[in-house]
Amino acid sequence: MKTLFKIISMLALIGTIAPSMIYCGGMMSLNMVKWLMLLSTIVWFVFTPLWMNHNNPS
Amino acid sequence: MSENMESTQNQEPIEAQQTGGEYEREPVPQKSLLGFKSFIGMYAGEHCAGTEIMIGPLFVASGVSAFDLIVGLLLGNFLAVMSWVFMTAPIATRARLTLYYQLEKICGRNLVIIYNLANGIMFCFLAGAMVTVSATAVGIGFDISMPGLNDLYPNSIGWVLTVLLVGSVIAIVAAYGYESVAKFANIASPWMVLVFLAFGFVALPQLGVTSFGDFWSKANEVIWKGGDPLTGQTKFTFWHVTFFAWFCNMAMHIGMSDLSVLRFAKKSWYAVASGSGMYVGHYFAWISASLLYALQLFRDPSNTDVLPGPLAYDAAGIAGLICVIIAGWTTANPTIYRAGLAFQAIIPKASRFKVTLVTGLIATVAGMFPAIAMKLLDFVAIYGMILMPMGAVIFVDFWLIRKFGLASYYAELSRSSFNWAAGLTYFLTLGFCLFLNLYVGVEIFFVSLPGWFAASILYIVLSKLYQSKMHPSMAVEGA
Repeated sequence: MKTLFKIISMLALIGTIAPSMIYCGGMMSLNMVKWLMLLSTIVWFVFTPLWMNHNNPS
Repeated sequence: MSENMESTQNQEPIEAQQTGGEYEREPVPQKSLLGFKSFIGMYAGEHCAGTEIMIGPLFVASGVSAFDLIVGLLLGNFLAVMSWVFMTAPIATRARLTLYYQLEKICGRNLVIIYNLANGIMFCFLAGAMVTVSATAVGIGFDISMPGLNDLYPNSIGWVLTVLLVGSVIAIVAAYGYESVAKFANIASPWMVLVFLAFGFVALPQLGVTSFGDFWSKANEVIWKGGDPLTGQTKFTFWHVTFFAWFCNMAMHIGMSDLSVLRFAKKSWYAVASGSGMYVGHYFAWISASLLYALQLFRDPSNTDVLPGPLAYDAAGIAGLICVIIAGWTTANPTIYRAGLAFQAIIPKASRFKVTLVTGLIATVAGMFPAIAMKLLDFVAIYGMILMPMGAVIFVDFWLIRKFGLASYYAELSRSSFNWAAGLTYFLTLGFCLFLNLYVGVEIFFVSLPGWFAASILYIVLSKLYQSKMHPSMAVEGA
């Protein structure tokens, strides 16, 4: 399950940066970029706490 | 920049070990040393913070040119990394002591208290600037009148109330739950770095950059045009950019604050990990943030406001706003906590909760005054200068002083609570820097370099006088 969460988090990171790069290449609207970034942000903050910090020695 | 100046998010487990009381008065043992990867993550997170969103636009407001910014940042950040590698880390990995314990051995407890006070006050102002940053994002929701580039004082009741709201929440959270926010900062850090980079990608096509070939011509003609700075700003040249990038974390490397961090490094060369923070946060993030401001000026040259909230919202919508709020919050939180710790060292009987709360409220009041955030370039330079002399004292005490027949760790050796040689070095160096700035016309961004040499020479000369006068035999024994 932890591996799945990590994959989802990774996809959220890609979803945070990729739309702006595609926009920079002229293949996406700015409005779509903003929505995808928001969606990726929500996914990141929902799934990442489920695995990050859990193995922290502190 | 940094807690630590911009400071100090994402520092677990190092942060926890620093503040949790482990090895505060003893060298870090072999079993607790950390690997290279720990430092890469820590530095990358620490130097991609709320301050970056202010600094990038202020470069543009300072009339920087494309070559000066891009090459000046490359060189300045390289010098910063080299300072960590060759000045801080060799001492950290040999002594393996915290900055404060090492200072106490050299300077004595009472002088460390004065240093703590200076540090705590600077942390308060820095946290205040971060409250300002977060408030510009929260303020969008309330449609309040926000401060302009040259505003020194609060400009509306709405602004004061927004800062009060944001600052109070940050102060209460810092007083109650430092660790939970540190964990949250850890989680936010990778996402935040990418949102910063996304700002740049979104701004480029709107500034007319549609291919790699376009970039350099647009960079010179539209983005970083050079020429006169905006009203009230200092003109930034290549050397301003280089020295700013080198010295903006001066307190950490040449000032030796990161002794407390790098004492956990297995090898001295692990300090090259600071490059992750410098080139992600102090290169790409600064450039991205400056692109947002260049875009605003491109659309409306009369709109010179440096307001991270509206800038980020315009580029990345609600995700951008969330990024600004989190960046300001996660930077202000540990900064308030550290300022609280510094003040608590002065009044040890006060509870940490109350001290942190009061510190947070002072930072909140400071945040109401936009002057600190709008003059962040100057503030950062002053911050480094104020903490730099003690770094020179530690450097000389560790490497050079015995070569002059003098004792190192003199306060510990002589059981003194105030090493006057170190104390006078501190105040005379600050006086020398002030003199250079006010009467010789050396700008604040440059004074710390001659200041460091002045501090080193002063400490040797004053130690020679002080140690031979106070304990003539001890100087020889200690040597």
